[in-house]
Amino acid sequence: MPIISQFKRISDTIWEIPQDYKEGMRVPARIYATEKLVSEMDEGVVEQVTNVATLPGIQKYALCMPDGHWGYGFPIGGVAAMDERSGVISPGGIGFDVNCGMRLVLTNLTYDEVKEHMKDLVDRLFARVPAGVGSSGFVKLSHDEFRNLVEKGARWCIKNGYGWEEDLERTEEFGQISGADASTISQKAVDRGYKQIGTLGSGNHYLEIQVARRENIFDAELAEAFGLGMPDQVVIMFHCGSRGFGHQVATDYLQVFLKVMQTKYGIKVLDRELACAPLLSPEGQDYFAAMKCAINMAFVNRQVILHRIREVFSDVLRKDPADLGLHQVYDVAHNTAKLETHTIDGRQQRLLVHRKGATRAFGPGAEGLPAIYRKSGQPVIIGGSMETGSYLLAGVGSGDQTFFSTAHGSGRSMSRHKARKMFHGKTLQQDMERRGIYVRTASWSGLAEEAGAAYKNIDEVVEATEAAGISKRVARFIPVGNVKG
Amino acid sequence: MPFKFHDDIATADVAFEAWGETIEEMFIAASEAAMKVMIEDLEEIERRQSREIEVDSDAIDMLLFNLLQEIIFFKDAEQLLLRIESVKIKLENGTCFLKATGWGEQIDPGRHRLIVDVKAVTLHRFKVEQSPRGWEAFIILDI
Repeated sequence: MPIISQFKRISDTIWEIPQDYKEGMRVPARIYATEKLVSEMDEGVVEQVTNVATLPGIQKYALCMPDGHWGYGFPIGGVAAMDERSGVISPGGIGFDVNCGMRLVLTNLTYDEVKEHMKDLVDRLFARVPAGVGSSGFVKLSHDEFRNLVEKGARWCIKNGYGWEEDLERTEEFGQISGADASTISQKAVDRGYKQIGTLGSGNHYLEIQVARRENIFDAELAEAFGLGMPDQVVIMFHCGSRGFGHQVATDYLQVFLKVMQTKYGIKVLDRELACAPLLSPEGQDYFAAMKCAINMAFVNRQVILHRIREVFSDVLRKDPADLGLHQVYDVAHNTAKLETHTIDGRQQRLLVHRKGATRAFGPGAEGLPAIYRKSGQPVIIGGSMETGSYLLAGVGSGDQTFFSTAHGSGRSMSRHKARKMFHGKTLQQDMERRGIYVRTASWSGLAEEAGAAYKNIDEVVEATEAAGISKRVARFIPVGNVKG
Repeated sequence: MPFKFHDDIATADVAFEAWGETIEEMFIAASEAAMKVMIEDLEEIERRQSREIEVDSDAIDMLLFNLLQEIIFFKDAEQLLLRIESVKIKLENGTCFLKATGWGEQIDPGRHRLIVDVKAVTLHRFKVEQSPRGWEAFIILDI
């Protein structure tokens, strides 16, 4: 546990670790959390966020969000903005699962209308959205077509009948980040990922049917703007990323950077997982373009899963997906580095914002938001544990303090092994069913690892983001059906 | 088995140490540990097909990194669960060369009690060194 007496308390939700805490820090570190959350964070968070503060080109602060926990390289929940010209890009600041993210989908159905179909819906979703170790999907592609797909992103899906045109504007980067270049990805990355489109993966990846109860709407106007207008409205939320393809892209470039970082660029890091290269170097540019391919692959993955969800709901409820109101609210990315313009000390600056286990949360009026969300600010989707619930938030103007970044989930507080020792998958499933949450899983052990008690209190995480002024609560969702990877 | 998981490190991921009297034994132990993260019982993997793995590196720790990455690669690219049975390492002109044979079979969710995917080998606290036990490694896998 960190000793918070060493920190400078900036406010009730901001804790600063001064620049002299560790040799080589170029900026102070700041942890966004309540006193309870910060005192419960594991020691790795402090070690890692202060390591991040030593990276060349970092601006203002190395940041950690309220759901922060021990990761590798950056902490999970880590945010760092590097100057475009003098800064570095690091796979350890993005994560292996590039663009692991969340998508939220509306229905025009109430819980009462869906309740009797819940088992059928979850069973069919479990059958049509493959989950678990090494799973592969239904989209059959040649290697060349896969290389085309990672440059085109979700637009490829719309062209091939896996979605609606409107889905694109409701996705970060409009579903296709520019600058993705398939010539920078290895054949190994293609081999690992080209069969995995439309699959969830495992671990904390899931697909969930949830309910927005009236008492859990915090801001009716914003809820309305995001499509939540009826009591007990059913929504679908899911969490997954770029699968083996993204993992391989990160692994490939981690090794490239290790070879050149010190010898060619004279950069020393405190953790080899922070291996990096100047953004504007040939190696940095190649990784940036390859990582963007992985961002696009994850958009495609989630787009194809959305297509499957629409098919299943349509089959079970015997209505056209459009008549069921299956509109996407938004798709957010957790693990990325993006070039953005931010204002630092009154001056506009181009920054490469690394977010690892953190969500972009643009406030109202931000460029990069579609017209439908220009007034409200960006929808921010926060996935909680399968037992407790999830949130929809909105970006706010005061989010500039964190380069418009906020939390991404509840954050683990218990190791996977410990959770497996404490909980039993089958018993947990039966217990959850009694509480009105029907779960199908690819792994009983995997289910036990994801027990609600293995996570931090999501309400406290979300309240901390609101108190700190980096995002605002809109609605809380209760899980009623879950497909677990 | 000559490996041990560490629950108190890297909360959301999996940390373990592996050891062996020789470096080859330690590499096999680390491979078994990585596979054990993905499947409940290694004995459920039948010896149906094999793959020859060849990797090299100018550093001994990155040689282990590369071997473990190969196991993860086969799991995704060919849906193959492999157990490393033999490892040969030689050093030539400052480069370490490894040849290994992995035996296993295709993933069968009906028969294999699977747990979680390993996404990657991380370099956070990654270590390979000689010790009183012979050789040992400390590894954190991304889950």
